[in-house]
Amino acid sequence: MKTASRIYLALVFIFLYAPLAVMILISFNGGESTTVMDGTSLRWYREMLRDGATLQALQNTVVLSISSAVISTILGTFAAMGIHHMRRKALRSAVMTVTNVPMMNPDIVTGISLMLLFVFAGTLLGSETYLSFWTLLIAHITFSLPYVILSILPKFKQMDRNLPEAAMDLGCTPLQSFLKVELPFIAPGILTGLIMAFTLSFDDFVISNFTSGSGFETLTIHIFAMTKKSVKPDIYALSTMIFFVVLVMLLAYNFMTGADERRARREREAKARFLRRLRKETAGKEAA
Amino acid sequence: MKKIINAAQPALRRALALAAAAALLLGSLAALTACGASEGTDRVYIYNLGEYLADGSEGIFDCISGFEEYYEELTGRGLKVYYTTFDSNEDLYAKISSGASGYDVIVPSDYMVARLIAEDLLLPIDLEATCEKYGAECYYDNIGPEFRGMYYDPEDEYSVPYTYGRVGIIYNTNYVNEEDLGGWDILWNEKYAGKILQFNSSRDGFGTVQYMLGIDVNTTDPADWELCLEKLLEQKPLIQGYVNDEVYNKMESGEAWIAPYYAGDYLFMLDVNEDLGFYYPEPTNIFVDTMCVPKGAPNREIGELFINYMLSEEPAVASAEFVKYASPNTVVRESEEYAEELGEEAMEILYPEDFDMQGEIQANAYRNLDPETLELLSSLWEELKISGGMPSHVYIIAAALAVLIAAAIAFGVIKRRRRSKWW
Amino acid sequence: MKRGFLARFAAVPHIVWSVIFIIAPLLFAFFYAFTDGEGSFTLDNITRLFSGNYPLIFLNSLCLALIATVICLIISYPLAYIMSRMSRRAQSTMMLLIMIPLWMNFLIMTYSWMTLLEDTGIINTILGKIGLNFHMINTPGAVVVGMIFCYLPYMVLPIYSVMAGIDPKLIEASQDLGASSREVLTKVIMPLSLPGVISGITMVFVPQVSTFYISQKLGGGTFQLIGDTIESYFTGVSINYHFGAALSLLLMVLIIISMGVMNRFADPEDMNGRPML
Repeated sequence: MKTASRIYLALVFIFLYAPLAVMILISFNGGESTTVMDGTSLRWYREMLRDGATLQALQNTVVLSISSAVISTILGTFAAMGIHHMRRKALRSAVMTVTNVPMMNPDIVTGISLMLLFVFAGTLLGSETYLSFWTLLIAHITFSLPYVILSILPKFKQMDRNLPEAAMDLGCTPLQSFLKVELPFIAPGILTGLIMAFTLSFDDFVISNFTSGSGFETLTIHIFAMTKKSVKPDIYALSTMIFFVVLVMLLAYNFMTGADERRARREREAKARFLRRLRKETAGKEAA
Repeated sequence: MKKIINAAQPALRRALALAAAAALLLGSLAALTACGASEGTDRVYIYNLGEYLADGSEGIFDCISGFEEYYEELTGRGLKVYYTTFDSNEDLYAKISSGASGYDVIVPSDYMVARLIAEDLLLPIDLEATCEKYGAECYYDNIGPEFRGMYYDPEDEYSVPYTYGRVGIIYNTNYVNEEDLGGWDILWNEKYAGKILQFNSSRDGFGTVQYMLGIDVNTTDPADWELCLEKLLEQKPLIQGYVNDEVYNKMESGEAWIAPYYAGDYLFMLDVNEDLGFYYPEPTNIFVDTMCVPKGAPNREIGELFINYMLSEEPAVASAEFVKYASPNTVVRESEEYAEELGEEAMEILYPEDFDMQGEIQANAYRNLDPETLELLSSLWEELKISGGMPSHVYIIAAALAVLIAAAIAFGVIKRRRRSKWW
Repeated sequence: MKRGFLARFAAVPHIVWSVIFIIAPLLFAFFYAFTDGEGSFTLDNITRLFSGNYPLIFLNSLCLALIATVICLIISYPLAYIMSRMSRRAQSTMMLLIMIPLWMNFLIMTYSWMTLLEDTGIINTILGKIGLNFHMINTPGAVVVGMIFCYLPYMVLPIYSVMAGIDPKLIEASQDLGASSREVLTKVIMPLSLPGVISGITMVFVPQVSTFYISQKLGGGTFQLIGDTIESYFTGVSINYHFGAALSLLLMVLIIISMGVMNRFADPEDMNGRPML
């Protein structure tokens, strides 16, 4: 069974990482094509590091994605909690349906309808430009919310309802029971939601295209426009760099949690050694 | 605070750390949106097609920082250029149609310029006046007479030509027989079934048929369009796919052997795969891309200065070399460096002898069609795409799955009903 | 009671946000769908939906999305199960490893899939050494592969998240009561992981139905999906917000119906209205 699991995991990962391998390979292409390898070189990496517009787009996207993820996670956590505790089923269904709308609408409809909304609001307020970073952020939060809520809600459902009540019976204030009992339980859901919101923002194209202003370009929009004229390996180099940054972060994270576990293990072993010595000594004393 | 952190599990601790880091970044966000535009710095917003301007890559001239420097010399004020890109005229239109898009310079194609003018979405450009105001040299005379008075802007009030080009047939010399070359019918040649590409754009796709049959590409006669659809339906089983930017990859790798595309793009592909050839079937589509100033531009004069700057020698030559499309700029065509950089073959392809620009534009450019014809075009194109449907095994598999799922749900519901009877 | 206060009003900011940024744009969509170019009420857009090619286009998209979602589920479920059995540290590592492909720009990933699947692409070059050649690109199969690749992590994570949270004592208890490991799986784990499965399907099916980029690049543009069609009415040659909105509304309705059916199935209540799960 164990080997079957290993093989299965390996197959899935081959599937998931095959295009990444292709991307990494082509990023080192000495030639200009993305299908024909012509020797190896680092020219595209040099290009990417010099290309101000692309780096700016990358920075924009990172800032946008993190802001959108954090805000939508906070908003979504409270929303999930509120929805879970709603007693009237009809209201709960209604809120869930409305929440899910951005998820159920094709991106292009969400994008265009939000753009229309912003243009309408802009004309009312008489502002100089109708779209900006803030409209983009609002749009991103809006489409991330359903995913966040959908990640956290099952964890609420899964939790034993008696636990927070028991905590309060034992003397916790409602806030404490939330922080010490509920929050740790739903934490994996929050984390999943956060990561999902970040990922959605990072990769989004259609909605960003329609709701961003003239001075703020996200990475995907930038790349999309680049592909219109001869797809070159430069963006492959950029993606490969992102991949390695993420990989390094992952390794660091792994190492840190490994440190946690190693410390716990050492403590346990020290305790076991101490107990053994204690037992030997008491045994020795008894014998004497 | 400490108690909360200690009590929570490590996962929560990590989540909190993440949130703290994110909050820090949010703080830097505020700094970011403020920076880049301090006192004494002007801004300008340029919206161009992707990779359509010499931007300093691989050591070539950088028009953007070049313009910033030029502006500072000219006025003594700093400038930040916000250069963003779009990928099609229609996308551009969607952004501009609100009338307050925040851009100062846009780069639409001929038919789109006509449409924008008709819908009052452009501001008139007066390069000479703006140059005089800023004490700059005006380069508008670099645009020769054969590029003035185009149908879409007869008084040259709203646009300044930037590039132009024509569609041709790109083919792989290793696999394609020379005798089959020369016209549009090569795209219908059964010998090369499965290796032919076609435009994934309704106007261009229909265009290939219209040029082949000698029909006016701007016809409003529905019968003409229906006839073209028939030809396209004939072609569908023979083509490998309807493509836009994938054409580069597919032709370069030899996955496909024949494709209709633009002359300048052929030159790109040639760099990668020397076995590619090119010719113009007659007649063929010609396009002109122009620079315009949209309505509501917040810095229109700086925008006009930019357009003027792009007409001067260094930016124009560098961009023409980079983009590889033909340039309407006399200085570029007469530049020796440019001719050397491109090479004889490329120069011949881009600038054929005795080329009648005005005549070609009159006869063979796409014009903005009326809404009814556009609707017809759109629905005919849909019909083309939908014809033949998908291979039947897709529908069979989907139906089987649907049945299985319905059965599973029914089974689950019945089981649950039965179990709940125990309660 | 103070707890009720906090819990009940926790959702208020979200509700306010929803009304402004979800309902209002939706109203725009409704407005456009039921009016024509001059702004007068009309049902033409709606009736047009059921004529001509559109039913077939919807069918195409639904079929492909159904196949892709089911395959995603089949692949993800064992994966989530395996993950939930691993050590805690391995689980977090796995989760991040699975999400990494999502951070890679989907345009580039699609191009890479093209390079892999083409007749002159990498897979066929390798297979060519042993004399085989599969035509994979520009087929619905390639589109399904692309869809699965893009959305697999979105299916795995909710299922895994719920599975990992199943109280191990429940499993122990069932084993004490004599359940074989197969029965533990089918009678304990599967029913309890259902909320995760439902979440996963929701997150995956919807974008797959409305996909357009993947179908154009990997499918060769030879068949029309609903995403392509809607896109063409908003940014195409013949812009028609009204019909585009109508198309989107129908798509939304279809999705709501399927989700509604699933939610009733996943959030079941016994005869007295108490939730069973």
